[in-house]
Amino acid sequence: MVLQLVRRTAVFAVSLVVASVVAFAFMSVLPGDPARVALGVNATEEAVAATRAAFGTDRPLVVQYLDWVGGLPVGDFGRSYVTAVDIGPQIVDRLLVTTWLVLSGMAVALVVAVPLGVLAAMRHRSAGGTVISAFSQVGVAVPSFLAGILLVTVFAVRLGWLPSGGWVPPAQDPVEFLRRLVLPALALGLVQGAVLTRYIRSAVLDVLREDYLRTARSKGLTPGRALVRHGLRNAAIPVVTVLGLQLATLLVGAVVVERVFVIPGLGSLLLDGVANRDLLLVQGVVIVIVLAVLVVNFLVDVAYTVLDPRLRRAT
Amino acid sequence: MNVLTVEGLDVGTADLQLVSDVSFTLVAGERVGLIGESGSGKSLTALAMLGLLPDGVRAQGSVRLAGIDHDLVGAPERRMAALRGDAMTMVFQEPMSALNPSMRVGDQVAEVMLLHGTQADRRAARAAAVEVLDSVHLPDPERLARAYPHQLSGGQRQRVMIAIALANGPSVLLADEPTTALDVTVQAQVLDLILSGVAERDAALLFITHDLAVVATVCERVLVMYGGRIVESGPVKEVFTNPHHPYTQGLLAASDMAGTGGRLRTIPGSVPAAGRFPDGCVFRTRCPNAADDCTVAPAWTESDGGGYACHHPVAAPEVPVLQVRERAVPDLPGRRPPPSSRSGTCSAPTAAGARRCGSRGHRCTRWAACRSTSRPGSGSGWSVSPGPASRR
Repeated sequence: MVLQLVRRTAVFAVSLVVASVVAFAFMSVLPGDPARVALGVNATEEAVAATRAAFGTDRPLVVQYLDWVGGLPVGDFGRSYVTAVDIGPQIVDRLLVTTWLVLSGMAVALVVAVPLGVLAAMRHRSAGGTVISAFSQVGVAVPSFLAGILLVTVFAVRLGWLPSGGWVPPAQDPVEFLRRLVLPALALGLVQGAVLTRYIRSAVLDVLREDYLRTARSKGLTPGRALVRHGLRNAAIPVVTVLGLQLATLLVGAVVVERVFVIPGLGSLLLDGVANRDLLLVQGVVIVIVLAVLVVNFLVDVAYTVLDPRLRRAT
Repeated sequence: MNVLTVEGLDVGTADLQLVSDVSFTLVAGERVGLIGESGSGKSLTALAMLGLLPDGVRAQGSVRLAGIDHDLVGAPERRMAALRGDAMTMVFQEPMSALNPSMRVGDQVAEVMLLHGTQADRRAARAAAVEVLDSVHLPDPERLARAYPHQLSGGQRQRVMIAIALANGPSVLLADEPTTALDVTVQAQVLDLILSGVAERDAALLFITHDLAVVATVCERVLVMYGGRIVESGPVKEVFTNPHHPYTQGLLAASDMAGTGGRLRTIPGSVPAAGRFPDGCVFRTRCPNAADDCTVAPAWTESDGGGYACHHPVAAPEVPVLQVRERAVPDLPGRRPPPSSRSGTCSAPTAAGARRCGSRGHRCTRWAACRSTSRPGSGSGWSVSPGPASRR
């Protein structure tokens, strides 16, 4: 167990270092001098040199890299060359918003997918199961931005029940925060839920064919109780893999929904950074996303170990 | 008294008949073998009795269990669940996949007692589970109860399955090839465990197997199934020494029990696909005795203690096909080293056989006839001794 933890932590650290090098290198080889971009085409050489010195881009790349990486653990992502604003606080703000969005979307997806997926598997021979499968198939085909637009059209424009977009931090006004969170969470969650329903259905179908479920029934459990007590935990193992992948996709994938609902999330920050050639900002957002994906993967691994005792002693 | 009465059991899907008109009874404490090739409907018969048929497969007919006031066929799931694991239990063929991989072994044993109220609460059930695991001779049962199935060997897992099946003291135990998937060196131990388990509880045992030698050693009666029908039944000694049905004769010849000494004979052809058996006599497409009248299903002919369904039964052989007869123990002295010096397979069952000697003397000789698995050229772990002349 300890060895496993050490190994996992090492993999985690190495991945992060490699990602930081790649992100930094990528931004450094892009043509264009930030100082010249900041000052415009008519700037004098002296002014450019002075700005370079101020940005620190006149130093060797290795020094620049170490300077940047050294700041990351304490949340110092540097100062934007374009807007001259500290990047760290911006990322933290935006990350918080996106985390709310992604987690609530995921919650919606789970609430929809777990019962529907299990039901579709248990009724896979009857009409009910087929209807669920058909709906989830349609759900998979609908992009989340389209779902978002449809939701806005119906619930915000036609019915006027909920605001069509915008963001209010939970600390400022919890009720308004929730009202504004509902539609984007549904837009994200329903589509992810459709995908997840299919995975849960097939995982449960697999488990239903297992010998140990027959054993459970031969012990005197009804099919439903046998599935709940012996099947779901085993079915959860492949589903957790998909959940991890979905979470990672959502982090970036939420960007479209953020645009539709005018939500200041991490995705829109990244897009703004790219549009403004704000290299340091892009670099920072990328490394944060990498970190988030690594953390999710780590949690998935931990979940495996909790769910499947066969993995506990594996080296 | 009959603990189990099966009458006219049919099993089939919407368009295939898989098991037809199976009828038999089990008496308390009786051990009955159910033999036949793969695909002859043995397992389906057992699953139908427990109400565990796969989706889309339905049973008709009657299955009555002593002490249960309703027919098991067509009974609501809730009622069937109440008796499964309690009055009637089953041990399956494949121990490697029969236990839940993510649940501790002890909890899986405790569950069956909690479900049927044999133990009042979780703590009592856990303690009882350790005792049950101990009773199936698992080493260090306290530690083992906390282990997960993947930490156990196949033989140990099958012991756990047996522990689960015996925990509530069933009146009928269905064992569906419980030793087939096991290492030959542990087959005998597991078999002995089942036998002593049912003997202690006076439970009836229906033992499904391909291994005729095990039937000869373990069972008092045998049912021979082919094409979803029982084609012959009777006391093991009668059926194995004097088979009436050509299929039974073929099975015996194909096992190495008949002691032909040389190549094993086979039954020509192969078992038709599920539900695609011929009308009339199901065996007629492979039967050496088949004639025109076999297109009409043969009626059941009673013979001593059993019967058969055949128009052209095998003539009684001048020399018995197989010598499963009471033979004095001294007949085989050289084959049976003293218990203390013996190792491996045979020690446990023979010891058990010896324990039973007092009440049922003849069985002792059968146990004694089991051969060591280390014997060169032995195909399976068990055999009944063929006639002395043909011994290899």
